[in-house]
Amino acid sequence: MSVDFLDLSIRELSRHFGRRRALSRLSLECRAGEIVGLLGPNGAGKSTLLAIVSTLAAPSSGELRYGGRTAHEIGAVLRARIGVLSHDLHLYSELTALENLVFFGRLYGVPDPETVAARALERARLADRGADLVSGFSRGMRQRLALERALLHNPRLLLLDEPFTGLDDASTVALIARLRELRSSGCITLLATHDLDVAEVVLDRAVILQDGKLVAIEPDVRGLRKRYQERLSAGARP
Amino acid sequence: MSAFWRVVWIVAKKDLAIEARSRELLNTTVFFALSCVIVFSVSFVGEGGDGRALGDAAAGILWIAIAFSGTLALGRTFERERYGDTLRALLLAPGARPAVYVGKLVGVVGLLLATEIIIVPLVALLFQARLFDHTLLLAALLGFGTVGFACVGTLFAAMLGRARSRDVLLPILLYPVTIPVMIAGVRGTAALIQPTPQLDMARLWIMLLLSFDVVFLTLSLWTFESVMTE
Repeated sequence: MSVDFLDLSIRELSRHFGRRRALSRLSLECRAGEIVGLLGPNGAGKSTLLAIVSTLAAPSSGELRYGGRTAHEIGAVLRARIGVLSHDLHLYSELTALENLVFFGRLYGVPDPETVAARALERARLADRGADLVSGFSRGMRQRLALERALLHNPRLLLLDEPFTGLDDASTVALIARLRELRSSGCITLLATHDLDVAEVVLDRAVILQDGKLVAIEPDVRGLRKRYQERLSAGARP
Repeated sequence: MSAFWRVVWIVAKKDLAIEARSRELLNTTVFFALSCVIVFSVSFVGEGGDGRALGDAAAGILWIAIAFSGTLALGRTFERERYGDTLRALLLAPGARPAVYVGKLVGVVGLLLATEIIIVPLVALLFQARLFDHTLLLAALLGFGTVGFACVGTLFAAMLGRARSRDVLLPILLYPVTIPVMIAGVRGTAALIQPTPQLDMARLWIMLLLSFDVVFLTLSLWTFESVMTE
């Protein structure tokens, strides 16, 4: 059974770890074809939010709807429409680049995973390194490979945690182009980053978090750096 | 093949492929188990006597070697998943999450059975234990015992994957829970190596092991998703 959705709705979402509040009553709507940035200092709740949206963590309270339905209502097939690129990259260093992609392709039930993996390697500009173990790759190469791994199954919702880490200028430009391509194809992208320069270039909207609370939603990302600093220092609410 | 077993097969095949390439786990596990058996054999097998170990020592030492080397294998298996946080990647896949657990379990059981193929003849040789007089019963004891131990161990090792002191916590959690498996394994094996083998007693311990396996596997499958998602 396949499932699809065109929007993501987060309502009054909270998550506590013991007495610590990682997220507090956060509400947000994202639509297909939108790149939404999650900005904020360390510990702001960006990764927790991504973990909850990816279904790896459960909220303490609040609601999350994928096209009007909860993850519980949709079931495990929901994960076939979610792609995740975390800071840890989710790659097996003991397998080759091609083996990694084929493995994850099979796990996601991608038809003809070998062909899809070969195409993904070309997009990652690693076609000539497909037979090499990932343990020998630089951080940037792993990052490119991990992004293609996250996109193998053509997800509707893409969750990226610091995707620009370790990328050189050429790879950063390529990633930005890839994100715009995904936006055109109707992918909802949630992107957590500290890189405000790149954020200004690639985001449609920016959500600023601080101490687990939503500080601001910036519909216009031009001049984001200045407003980001102002919002954080003021601790302002939307 | 159902979606569940497809995921089990994919995960287990990946683990076996990595192990076949590096042989890191098999080498360390077998080496550790061999060291264990040899050290005990020096202590328990008397010089100048009839060369036989004390009473049921062979059975106990065989299962101690399995438990110790199994703990090592469990720790290392999930250490691999820790690099790159790949266990979370498995949990993010669309299949049933308990299938990931069963896939990892199959890999661990396969590794332990391969270790046992090497250490059982060694125990039989060093302790002059008649382990192969009733091969099928021994295979059932080892098989069910290994599955029981690995069922609990795989769950705990997965749970502790991100804990800082996981190497210390794993045996502390694992051994008390698997004591029934160890006792059944030791007593069942001891029943087989008596001068007059107690086959009915061995069958009883096998049935107990099977019962433990059913309980442990059911509980592990039931709890895996909730303990792995935060």
